[in-house]
Amino acid sequence: MEDKIIKQISLFAENKPGRLANIASNFRKSGINIRAFTIAEAGDFGIIRMVVDRPDDAHELLHNAGFTVSETNVLGVEMEDVPGGLGKIADVLGERSINIDYAYAFVTKTEKALLILRVNDIEGAILVLQGAGIRLVDMADVQQI
Amino acid sequence: MREYWNPWIERMPVCELEKIQEKKLSDLVNYVYRHSGFYRKRFDEAGVNPGEIKTLADLKKLPFTYKSDLRDTYPTGMFCVPNEQLVRFHVSSGTTGKPTVVGYTQNDIDVWTTSLARAMTSIGVGRGDIVQVGYGYGLFTGGLGAHYGAEEVGATVLPVSSGNTERQIELMQDLGSTVIACTPSYFLFMNEVANNLGISIKDNTQMRVGIFGAEPWTEEMRKRIEESTGIKAYDIYGTSELSGPLFTECMYQDGIHVWADQFLIEIIDPVTGEQLPDGERGELVITTLAKEALPLIRYRIGDITVINRDECRCGRTHPRIMRVLGRVDDMLIIRGINVFPGQIEAVLMKMPEVGGHFMIVVDRVNELDVMKVQIEMTDEAFSDKVNDIMALEAKVASAMKHVLNLAVKVELVEKGSLPRSMGKAKRVIDNRKL
Ligand SMILES: [Zn+2]
Repeated sequence: MEDKIIKQISLFAENKPGRLANIASNFRKSGINIRAFTIAEAGDFGIIRMVVDRPDDAHELLHNAGFTVSETNVLGVEMEDVPGGLGKIADVLGERSINIDYAYAFVTKTEKALLILRVNDIEGAILVLQGAGIRLVDMADVQQI
Repeated sequence: MREYWNPWIERMPVCELEKIQEKKLSDLVNYVYRHSGFYRKRFDEAGVNPGEIKTLADLKKLPFTYKSDLRDTYPTGMFCVPNEQLVRFHVSSGTTGKPTVVGYTQNDIDVWTTSLARAMTSIGVGRGDIVQVGYGYGLFTGGLGAHYGAEEVGATVLPVSSGNTERQIELMQDLGSTVIACTPSYFLFMNEVANNLGISIKDNTQMRVGIFGAEPWTEEMRKRIEESTGIKAYDIYGTSELSGPLFTECMYQDGIHVWADQFLIEIIDPVTGEQLPDGERGELVITTLAKEALPLIRYRIGDITVINRDECRCGRTHPRIMRVLGRVDDMLIIRGINVFPGQIEAVLMKMPEVGGHFMIVVDRVNELDVMKVQIEMTDEAFSDKVNDIMALEAKVASAMKHVLNLAVKVELVEKGSLPRSMGKAKRVIDNRKL
């Protein structure tokens, strides 16, 4: 079950220009690749969430660069494997009272739509989703995409 | 280790101290009337005859002296001695207008040094200590004041001055400094830098005492310093107009002893100027009883505090001023409500999940004052759920509203993004054009 958990990098950023460029250049120098990326904005601040190929290295790098950063456990689903898409996933989880904290989708280099989910009960969600025949992406997949 | 620098004077019965004060006050009033054109004019205008000032009860007949008087008579218009009798000048930077100049005779320097020697002895600093002076040297009085006081008690001085934080930490370790004298916010910054270098002040240095001042700080900040660095943190008080840093708390950390044979203190209502009874909060007024070059009569120093005249557990009979609660001129008036930056700090220190670095930003939007408090995000407080962060902001805002009786917008900002200070922490940006 553990291997279905994806470590996402989350960091706190004020909505100031230049922050993203700063992060990207930090990663570029260290050869870390961003696979998925989203910003949740709320007024004066934003939370940047990223799936990268080497999360532990990325965490250390950003922490040392002075960012407030955490590693968060999330799940990844390839959307083309899920008939009905996000609605289907929400239904399956909702039946077991598992809440989705947030979700975001992005398109991989190989042009597949990948959905990232944070839920309030990750191990329960893995069981339920796999029980419903939904295949979860693991860290090894993340390194490939 | 000596218990008292001067046991005879420090433990003198209050009635005898008051006799000394009355004698010195009456001498002082005659002295300034004779030697300073400024005071002669001020007394004449107030209808005060120096011969009439005989007891401490007569004190309230004397007119106040203000910081603006020092500026208006810049540079040396209030001095009571000719320049050739001066051994030193200090100059304090003026945030508004002209700076103020303070001159010292040799006796003024000696009185200043003695005051600090008594204070340092009262917190167990003396021979065998290495005192790292992290206050600025130069025109500012902090560095040289602490320096002379520490030498007087027989300690070894390490005159690092302020800034160059990594060097401070290196020397602290290599020379085994046992005492640090600097601003409390700078020491917290030093601790942060030390931690980033993998050095614990608690475990990897000999540091045991901190003498912190030159900016207002709170009991909660003391707790934070003592817990994170393992030292005992003492408050030091004084301003350049009075000579410089002069008084500290004693071992009991329960108020700052003001040497009554050298300084006379009162608390007044800052608005009406009336004397307030002991124990009431108000503006501190100080009369210097032993200064020669620039004596000050009923000087409105601008700090808000409380006087406690009860005999202290340390055996000293000299009155104590309780922790300075704020400056009359730092007081922000927001929608008619008095707000001191220290109150904001006290709220934050009680919420360990948020950091202690903050900035108050005041704006006027549609004729209404709006106060925003920016606080740095910490690793502990960070959640990657937007709602959690908004809930934390709301929780801090509600705690502040409870204390200030005022709606405050709380904004979490990136850690390290607010300015760190080497000297006085800048806590307020007031954008109101009043
Ligand atoms: Zn005492």
